Amino acid sequence: MNGDAGLAPALRSDPAALRGRIEDFLYFEADLLDEWKVEEWFALFAEGATYEVPPTGSDESDSASSLFYIADDYVRLRERVVRLTKKEAHSEFPRSQQRHMISNVRVIAVTDGVADVACNFVTYRAKRGVVDTYYGKHLYRIDCRTEPFRIRSKRSILSMDMLYPGKLTIIV
Amino acid sequence: MDTILTTPEMVVEDRARHLFRVSRHAFTDETVLEAERRGIFDRCWLYVGHGSEIANNCDFVTRNVGARELIFNRDRAGVVRAFLNTCPHRGAMVVREKKGNALSFRCFYHGWSFNVNGRFASRFDEGNYGKEHYGGGCADLVQVPRLESHRDFWFVNFDRNAISLSDYLAGAKDYIDMVADHAEAGMEIVGSGQQYVINANWKLLAENSIDAFHGFPVHNTYFDYLKNIGSLRMEAGAGHFGASGMTDLGNGHAVIEYASPWGRPVARWVPSWGEEKREVVERLRAGLIQRFGEERGTRIAEFSRNMLIFPNLVINDIMAITVRTFMPSAPNKMTVSAWALGPRGEDHELRKLRLFNFLEFLGPGGFATPDDQEALENCQRGYSNMREVGWNDISKGMPRQGPPMNDDEEQMRCFWRQWRSRMGAGL
Repeated sequence: MNGDAGLAPALRSDPAALRGRIEDFLYFEADLLDEWKVEEWFALFAEGATYEVPPTGSDESDSASSLFYIADDYVRLRERVVRLTKKEAHSEFPRSQQRHMISNVRVIAVTDGVADVACNFVTYRAKRGVVDTYYGKHLYRIDCRTEPFRIRSKRSILSMDMLYPGKLTIIV
Repeated sequence: MDTILTTPEMVVEDRARHLFRVSRHAFTDETVLEAERRGIFDRCWLYVGHGSEIANNCDFVTRNVGARELIFNRDRAGVVRAFLNTCPHRGAMVVREKKGNALSFRCFYHGWSFNVNGRFASRFDEGNYGKEHYGGGCADLVQVPRLESHRDFWFVNFDRNAISLSDYLAGAKDYIDMVADHAEAGMEIVGSGQQYVINANWKLLAENSIDAFHGFPVHNTYFDYLKNIGSLRMEAGAGHFGASGMTDLGNGHAVIEYASPWGRPVARWVPSWGEEKREVVERLRAGLIQRFGEERGTRIAEFSRNMLIFPNLVINDIMAITVRTFMPSAPNKMTVSAWALGPRGEDHELRKLRLFNFLEFLGPGGFATPDDQEALENCQRGYSNMREVGWNDISKGMPRQGPPMNDDEEQMRCFWRQWRSRMGAGL
C-alpha cells in the first residue's frame, strides 16, 4: 500500500502514520455518534456514499439481491439522520445512550488515495434499564485525499447470528 | 367499577354497548402462554416456509415452529417434507445448519444416518440391533403429523385430526392468491431474511401487523421521509373503485385493504423512482389488468393489504411484500422471522428497487418497524400496572353503520374471538 500517489506526501511512505490518521478519524466518528451529533456525523460522508448492514448469520453481500437490515444510499442516509433528530422517531425518544468501541483497525489497501479499512466494533446502547450490545466488523472506504477525510462507504457486518437487541435504530 | 371490567373472562364483547375488552393478563401470564401452546400452537396450522426456500431436490432449512425444532426439506424425489429435528436414538438435533443441500442427514452424536426422506440409513453389523429395532419406522426421523400447502406457502399442524389447510385458511386463500399472482413465473423468498427479538407478547405483534389506526401517530417520520424524497402519492390512482376496508376471512384471519400512499414495485410507480422506471412499472400494471381484469388487476397493482392468518403468520403486501411469523419464548418475549417475497426471476433493477423499498419501512433498521417494536415493548411495560389498570380496549368502529373501515379494530376483534374460542375451557 505504500507509495500510493493519491496520498499526501507525509502519508505516502509511512503506513503507521496513515493508520494513525485513519484511527483518529474513526475515533472522531465514534465520538460524534456517542454524543448524538448525527448531523455532523452525516457530514463525514462523501456525496454518493452508502451505508449498509447485511443480514445476520449469513454471508450474503449484495443488497440488490438479498434482504439487508439497512441499505441506504446517500439520500436515504440523510433522511435516516433527519428522522433521528425528531421526537417522533419513537424508538429513540427519549434518546438511548451509546458508546462506540473500535479496535483492530487495519488498512487493507490504498488505491488513488482511497483506503479500504477494516476494524472491529462493539457498540452499547442503553435505554430504560436494558443494555443492548451490537458487535461485529466495519468495512470502510475512506477518501484520504480530502481534509477532513470523507467516508465513501460504510458496511457494518454484525457478528451475531440473529439481531438479539431487536431494533437497529442507532448507527452502530 | 363498570361490570364489564370485573368479569373473570379474558375477552369480553358487549355488542349492545359497543364494548370490546381484553384482559392484560392475556399478555403477561405464564399460565396463559402454556394454555396457548396446547390450545393454539399445538392445534392450528402454522407457517413453516415457502417452497422457493427449498427450490432444489435435497435442499433443506431448519426452523423453530410451534416451539418445535423442524427440518423443512425436499427429498431426492422432489417431495416436500417436514421432520421433527431430533434423533430417534437419543434425541440430539440431527441437522444443525440453518440451511443447505444434503443427500442424507447424519446425527453427529452416534452417527445414526437418515435418507432425506427420513428413512434410517445406517448399516450396523449383525449383533448390534435386533430385527425389531427397524420395525414400524422406529429408527426413522419422525415426520410432522400434517404438512400441506397453498400456492407454495407451506404449513404444518401438530394435530393429526385438524381440518384441512384449505378449510382452515378459508377466505385467506383468495388473498394469498392475490400475492402469489403478482407474477406469472411464481414468487420466491429473497435471501435469508431477518430474525430479531421483540420484548413483548406475541399477540401484540399479531394486532399491530393489521392495525391501520396507529399508522399516522406512530409512523409520522416515515411519511415525512416519503414527502421529502417525493414518494408520497396520496391519490388512489383508481378513483372509480374503492377497495378500502376490512374483511373477516374466517377462523380468526382478517385483512385490511386500502389505497397505497407509497410506491409498490409490483406496479405502482412513484416519482422518486425516476422516469425510466415509469414505463417498466406501467407495463407490469397493464399485464396484471390483462391477466385479471380491470378490478382485480388494479387491486393487485395499486392497493395495499395487511393480512393476519391466525395465529402468527402475517403477509403484508404493502410497499414490498413481507412474510412474517413469530413465536413466543416467554409471555413478554418473541422471536420474529421476516422475509421479503418477490417474483421469481425478477429483473435485477426491479429486484433492487423492491428490496430498497422494503427497507424504507420494514425491519429493525427500517423507518417504521422499530417504532412499532417500541410501541409493543411500551405496551408490555405498561401492563405492569395491570392490577390497577387491567383491560385493553379494542372497541373502535363497533357502532359504525355499514362495513368496517380499515382503521377500525374489527380485524383485531376477529383475532380475539378466535383466540377466545381456541382457548375455551383452558382459561
